[in-house]
Amino acid sequence: MTDAAIVVESLAKRFGKVEALRGVDLQVPPGTVLGMLGPNGAGKTTTVRILTTLLSPDEGHATVAGYDVVKQAEELRHVIGLAGQNAAVDENLTGLENLEMVGRLYHVPAAEARRRGGEILERFELSDAANRVAKTYSGGMRRRLDLGASLVGHPQVLFLDEPTTGLDPRGRLEMWDVIRDLVTEGVTLLLTTQYLDEADRLANNIAVIDGGRVIAEGTSDQLKTRVGGEVLALRVADRGRAPDAAGAVLGLGPGGGNVDNNTGEINVPVGTEGTAILTEAVRRLDDQGIQLADVSLRRPTLDDVFLALTGHAAEEVDGEQPTEDGQRSRRRDRKKEKV
Amino acid sequence: MSAVAETFRTPGRLAATVSDWWVITKRNIITYLRKPDLLVFSTIQPVMFVLLFVYVFGGTFSMILPPSVPYVDFLMPGIFVQTAIFASTQTGVGLADDLQKGLIDRFRSLPMARSAVLAGRTAADAVSVTVQTVLMLIVAYLVGYRLHEGGLEALLAFVGIVSVGYAFTWVSAFAGLSLKTVEAVQAALFTIVFPFVFVSTAFVPLATFPSWLQPFVEHNPVTIWVDTVRVLTLGELYSPQTSDLFAHVQSLGTLLWLSTLWFAGFLVFFSFLGVRVYRRT
Repeated sequence: MTDAAIVVESLAKRFGKVEALRGVDLQVPPGTVLGMLGPNGAGKTTTVRILTTLLSPDEGHATVAGYDVVKQAEELRHVIGLAGQNAAVDENLTGLENLEMVGRLYHVPAAEARRRGGEILERFELSDAANRVAKTYSGGMRRRLDLGASLVGHPQVLFLDEPTTGLDPRGRLEMWDVIRDLVTEGVTLLLTTQYLDEADRLANNIAVIDGGRVIAEGTSDQLKTRVGGEVLALRVADRGRAPDAAGAVLGLGPGGGNVDNNTGEINVPVGTEGTAILTEAVRRLDDQGIQLADVSLRRPTLDDVFLALTGHAAEEVDGEQPTEDGQRSRRRDRKKEKV
Repeated sequence: MSAVAETFRTPGRLAATVSDWWVITKRNIITYLRKPDLLVFSTIQPVMFVLLFVYVFGGTFSMILPPSVPYVDFLMPGIFVQTAIFASTQTGVGLADDLQKGLIDRFRSLPMARSAVLAGRTAADAVSVTVQTVLMLIVAYLVGYRLHEGGLEALLAFVGIVSVGYAFTWVSAFAGLSLKTVEAVQAALFTIVFPFVFVSTAFVPLATFPSWLQPFVEHNPVTIWVDTVRVLTLGELYSPQTSDLFAHVQSLGTLLWLSTLWFAGFLVFFSFLGVRVYRRT
């Protein structure tokens, strides 16, 4: 047996005609954070559901904390925690009652469940709301309570399925703080996200998943070097002229690039010829009378990585592909066009 | 297994299961108490039924019955059983709601008994059915409902009514987990349960149905249950001796047997199906 906290081998799962997973392999060493990064329908949630015993795989096998997810499902449930996409708290119970209930269901004695509940509420800054029904909580508070509920059983391995989807920027930042704290305590964490910056900030290792397969794996830095070189980032002053600007500069680099018509941002991978291309781009835009609000040469972000690996932007794909749980794709923060 | 048990000071399997059932039952009872709208409507509805049938249809219906049988006394057993059955809809609705909100996923990822979510929900709903039945008894008494038999028979009838409600919470639980949305559960249960309740002797005697429908009415489990409650509360008044309208009514012994059999059948069949769907949801 390996000493990795999570071992996944050629996991496959299909729903009717949809192949949700087509052979996923993963290894997560104890005490580390794996970020599973991918668009809606990539297979993230399906993987998490299999690893938390909610679904059985069609093929392949997986162990979590040494327990087989199918054959030792019952034992496994004692040592894992799950916080899902839609904050699964009982909105008619108070924050404290929710945590106590979950604690009791982990078979923690009543007094201890109450103590742990209070401790978690304090830690997640929910003490003031401890005796209010969860219905009155904000979205961010519910998420924190949901995350808290997954911790009552003191799990060895924690699964967070898109912990910040749907939260406002402040809620996301708060959630990140909470998650970062957890990680320092030695919990093994598998986190799914469709936000590249989230994976970048929280995860030790990142597995990029698309179409039911892991298409790349490594640290954020390793993945970024796969894009190679630098990226020229431009923002036009008048967003209406973004398409014109894109037409002028996208051909300059060795490969592709993208434009966001909503924000007027254009990214062009430029390899090692950054300075020359920068000069040329500025000249061309000047010729067309397009004003720039911002221009820079920067190291590639995971956004660029995703684009380079999959041929499409991370947040673009929803809608066309069925999501594994039949849910509607969630709101998109940005829309990018691949050119 | 033993390593896990040590780490978590897990109680024995049976104790753990009982504890899980209790935790979920408590959760559901608290939930009901905190939903004032649900509480109000689930109590007003049965009361409305009593008033509606007694004062609106009562005059007409009582013309069919033999003069010695007051319509209220004939009617109430039907309404009691009907209310218990309809009240069970909340079980499926609650489960579909939990499912949509992701709570069932959370429960399924916890090391709790697989039966607890359903057992706890149905137990809480049985409490709610009991409360509703008591409430209706009070209202019924106020509009003139009287028992014609002893207290023991009345108690047996009461237990029977709540048991029918309980059996149906499992039907409802199965529907809730299978259909997954609150609206679908409501629609499906209404469509399936409605004919069984109304095409029975709950409101009118068997003899008033068209002859082709009578075999269905006679063997409908709702008829069996309602007849049992009637014999327990009306005694001789509800028997073939009193009127030809009651020619089909069987002896108390037979009815008790059949009632129990139907109850057990529903309970076993649907709890089996329910837990099976829960495992696979």
